[in-house]
Amino acid sequence: MSNQKEAITTDIEAYLKAHEQKDMLRFLTCGSVDDGKSTLIGRLLYDSQMVLDDQLASVKRESQKYGTTGEAIDLALLVDGLQSEREQGITIDVAYRFFATEHRKYIIADTPGHEQYTRNMVTGASTADVAIILIDARKGILTQTRRHSYIVNLLGIEHVIVAINKMDLVDFSQEVFEQIKASYGLLAQELGIPHTYTIPLSALTGDNVVERTPHLGWYKGEPLLSLLDGLKVERSPHAESFRLPVQYVNRPNLDFRGFCGTVASGEVKVGDTITVLPSGKSTHIKEILNAGEVSQVASKKMAVTVTTTDEVDISRGDMLVHTNTLPRVSNMLKVMLVWMDEVAMEVGRTYDIKCASSLIAGVVEHINYRIDINTYEREQTEQLQLNDIASARLRLTRPIAVDAYRQNRQTGSFILIDRLTNNTVGAGMIVDVAKRESDRTITPPRTYSASEVALNAYIRSHFPEWGCKAI
Amino acid sequence: MLTQERLTHLKQLEAESIHILREVVAVFENPVMMYSVGKDSSVMLHLAMKAFAPAKPPLKFLHVDTLWKFHEMIAFRDRRARELGLDLVVHTNPKGIAMDISPFTHGSRVHTEVMKTEALKQALDAGGYDAIIGGARRDEEKSRAKERIFSFRDQHHRWDPKNQRPELWSLYNTSINKGESVRVFPLSNWTELDIWQYIYLESIEIPSLYFAKEREVVAYEGTKILVDDDRVPEALRKTATKEMVRFRTLGCYPLTGAIASTASTLPEIIQEMLLSTSSEREGRLIDKESEGAMERKKIEGYF
Repeated sequence: MSNQKEAITTDIEAYLKAHEQKDMLRFLTCGSVDDGKSTLIGRLLYDSQMVLDDQLASVKRESQKYGTTGEAIDLALLVDGLQSEREQGITIDVAYRFFATEHRKYIIADTPGHEQYTRNMVTGASTADVAIILIDARKGILTQTRRHSYIVNLLGIEHVIVAINKMDLVDFSQEVFEQIKASYGLLAQELGIPHTYTIPLSALTGDNVVERTPHLGWYKGEPLLSLLDGLKVERSPHAESFRLPVQYVNRPNLDFRGFCGTVASGEVKVGDTITVLPSGKSTHIKEILNAGEVSQVASKKMAVTVTTTDEVDISRGDMLVHTNTLPRVSNMLKVMLVWMDEVAMEVGRTYDIKCASSLIAGVVEHINYRIDINTYEREQTEQLQLNDIASARLRLTRPIAVDAYRQNRQTGSFILIDRLTNNTVGAGMIVDVAKRESDRTITPPRTYSASEVALNAYIRSHFPEWGCKAI
Repeated sequence: MLTQERLTHLKQLEAESIHILREVVAVFENPVMMYSVGKDSSVMLHLAMKAFAPAKPPLKFLHVDTLWKFHEMIAFRDRRARELGLDLVVHTNPKGIAMDISPFTHGSRVHTEVMKTEALKQALDAGGYDAIIGGARRDEEKSRAKERIFSFRDQHHRWDPKNQRPELWSLYNTSINKGESVRVFPLSNWTELDIWQYIYLESIEIPSLYFAKEREVVAYEGTKILVDDDRVPEALRKTATKEMVRFRTLGCYPLTGAIASTASTLPEIIQEMLLSTSSEREGRLIDKESEGAMERKKIEGYF
């Protein structure tokens, strides 16, 4: 950071030019109350000089009142926000923190690790590109590590940094590190996490957070911050299918009719043939405005306005896609659900489903299984309680264009809203989409054997309450 | 090169904010943007112009005028509203006018309570707004770090920190009942540096109070304030000196501390900010009262 300071002092304009080119990375930290998570974040902010004198003075004051580190400044207090939770000494909600290095701007989602707050971790993970899972070197992999890893993987985070913390308390032992690394490797394999990086550190002493230190001389990899700076997480927009959920129709006068939205994936150019879903009508892109300025192309994450060559009926909730890479349009979805409300989820009850820019009523028709996120075992259940995660079948009142979450986090995710309380009661990820709305009802005709016909007749006559169809 | 492989952090923040503003306008019936004339408001206004181009932003702009704002702020506000053709609503608490509230005689706490917090509630009730867009950032203060981008308020404008809606992906829950509202913070993920850098890159107009100039100031309550008019008590005015100062935040002039500075261009301001060691709110007298002050104010309905 000191060379940054020099750059700022000597040539501010050059510094600004360089800073302007930085990209942004969002990461999530997962760990329990005692894993030193807040301390790690405090350390990152402190060492990257994002902590100002008056904030430090206030933390020093608070350290004496609430601190848990004796004489030293409790860096965790830089991070723990609300008064009520400071008194309890725990973090109770998702908090977002910011810092920048010479290479990147970072947004940290800081989420609590204890059991009843799965919903907060899911929330933090939903916007993160990278997850840092903290493990106490003295304790190794715990049930909560399995839980955090499951959620991170469920939410589609492909890069997981396993930070083995409190190395100072195990004499910076390489053996301890290697053991935990090997066990975590098995866990990552079991879940199918694509990229894991294991790193030894001590948030309290600062070893291997920003700089390498002699204590961990045997460790040949990069310290945490350099690792974060170098991670490549973006997929190329060329490799993706173009998806633009229409958010707002901008119609200031009769001559202009623009369709606004944020490109969920891929890219589109002026002149491209596009299809409007779910109607299926096709047209061409006439103009593109990117953040208000004329552009030839619109690509992922840009907030754009497009106009079309034909007057096609397009409204909020529709999706614009390339005609040659159509997503599925359906009202029957196989999904993973995370329940986030104190009131249990009921099968058959109608909820509002917000998916991209659509708001549609829907019903969870069937819970396939609930997953125990500690053991990864599947269980049968009829309802979902707060923090339950389950595979389920969702039926919407009308078909929409969606992708599987693994392909597209923007067009494959949704939230469930209670129609009476208006609370966000659940989050969902689309696993699979029925090919067509009618798929479920059309079964290919086949010839039944005599015994099948007899069995059918037997069931219909003895168990009419089953509602069995005649064959 | 046709395609930009990756968006810079400022372009990503810009896109995210535009997405949020469009969501508000698309879903709510009567949205309003708080316009406080400061740098953050200037950025929000700029983003709103981009979000709805070529149309004008289809929302109202609200300024709660405490009658103690810097004079330049009011002139700046009126000129910008005229130039851009904004639908600007200005509100002052009539009770405060009747009581002739002054920060010098009533103190900052009473002044803020009557002219800001109460005035804001009056303006929101009168306007019947269902979405109120504010310029608060998560990096400003610890309790803000946990604020949602779409933050639900009950019929009495109250915030319940223990009962916030989970906010996932960029799927904002905009469902409310009649009489309830949401506060929306499109700049949540911006830092002070991002704001300044964006103002610089996009050449966004801001009041000249942010730039250092020789100004008449007096020492007051442990800081220096501008002698903006003759309502500064005469005893104080006698002590006025001319100094090179600027303001890091803009509000009521008796409550906004000036900082000694020679930074008169945007790069110089950014340089000063990056090298300085005190945070933005240091100049705001209101926050120093106690730890958790902001948290309490927010529960009561203050932005």
